[in-house]
Amino acid sequence: MNERYSRQQLFAPIGEAGQKKIREKHVVLIGAGALGTGNAEALVRAGIGKLTIIDRDYVEWSNLQRQQLYSEADAKERLPKAIAAKRRLEQVNSDVQIEAIVGDAGPEELEALVAEQRPHLLIDATDNFDARMVINDVAYKYSIPWIYGACVGSYGLSYAFIPGRTPCLYCLLETVPQGGLTCDTAGIISPTVQMVVSYQTAEALKILVEDREALRGKLVSFDLWTNEYAAIRIDAVKRDNCPTCGHDPSYPFLSYEQQTKTAVLCGRDSVQIRPSARRQYDLNELAALFRRQGLQAEANPYLVSVSIGDKRLVVFGDGRALVHGTKDVQEAKTIYYRYLG
Amino acid sequence: MTLIVNGETITVPDEVKTVSDLLSHFRLDNKLAIVEVNVRIIQKHEYGITTLANGDRVEIVHFVGGG
Repeated sequence: MNERYSRQQLFAPIGEAGQKKIREKHVVLIGAGALGTGNAEALVRAGIGKLTIIDRDYVEWSNLQRQQLYSEADAKERLPKAIAAKRRLEQVNSDVQIEAIVGDAGPEELEALVAEQRPHLLIDATDNFDARMVINDVAYKYSIPWIYGACVGSYGLSYAFIPGRTPCLYCLLETVPQGGLTCDTAGIISPTVQMVVSYQTAEALKILVEDREALRGKLVSFDLWTNEYAAIRIDAVKRDNCPTCGHDPSYPFLSYEQQTKTAVLCGRDSVQIRPSARRQYDLNELAALFRRQGLQAEANPYLVSVSIGDKRLVVFGDGRALVHGTKDVQEAKTIYYRYLG
Repeated sequence: MTLIVNGETITVPDEVKTVSDLLSHFRLDNKLAIVEVNVRIIQKHEYGITTLANGDRVEIVHFVGGG
């Protein structure tokens, strides 16, 4: 017996047979921020066969407080997160094949990857609902489980979506939530991250060892500061006419019309971003939210303009935005989702 | 009125009569949330007409995007 996994195999619901199953599994992780690094480390230590990590961002100093795979050297080098994560994970467990993809997990990219590699599980470690709706469509189209996780401040929640068995994210939300708080607007403490990671990886292990009976089946949320906890069985939310998991699915977030569209504006050192669904912002409220973070923001009846370092973000009432001071689409998207969720 | 919200017993002001009122009370009215009252999920269009009674067990999970 390989000593490395001995304690995990001693755990009866996994055992030697379960460990073998874990070893045969391929997990795709979307996002390598706080939740992403936590999930990645847990799954790689558990001894999965292959982990694919997709992330479009690079390591910054503000990440080090909670993004557990990264070091000061990574921040100094501004190393892409997928690459820095792969380096660290290979030191942790060289048995696991790590695939790092530096880029956007947009509908085309994610669907191509999943169609080709047919992973066993998708883990959501993104920071926005546009991306999650895409994960949801891809997961249900290819009948692959996915595990939602999210957190802000001291609050977090998680749910394991199982095609053919549970409702999907579209059933729950119907629309893309917007204007919510993000870690960059409301902060985050590391125990919140670790708690969500624990909920995600526990369900992941159950799925990987094929112990479906053990799945929690409830949408769970907690607040580590106000000491609240809630868990809701959401089977009743499943809708037969859902465009993602209903009788006649159209997978709306994989279609061109619904995609987040970006364009580099010629000669203007700017990127335009149009979110997948029309949003409706109260611009004065949005400007106030920026100001509370110490940013300089100005609103007029049509838009809010806010300075972020050497970049300027201009947001229109319908959610369309311009990021000035960059031609890099990934960087622009990172700023957009960081501040607008 | 006394309710058990997410496992905690709390007293809410008299103005809180419906699920809608309760969400406003917690400033969750413009957030996407799943609400369960006495182990029954309340559909969004029922928030305004679903009245709460003393001792009701309410579970509220709201969605956030961060990660």
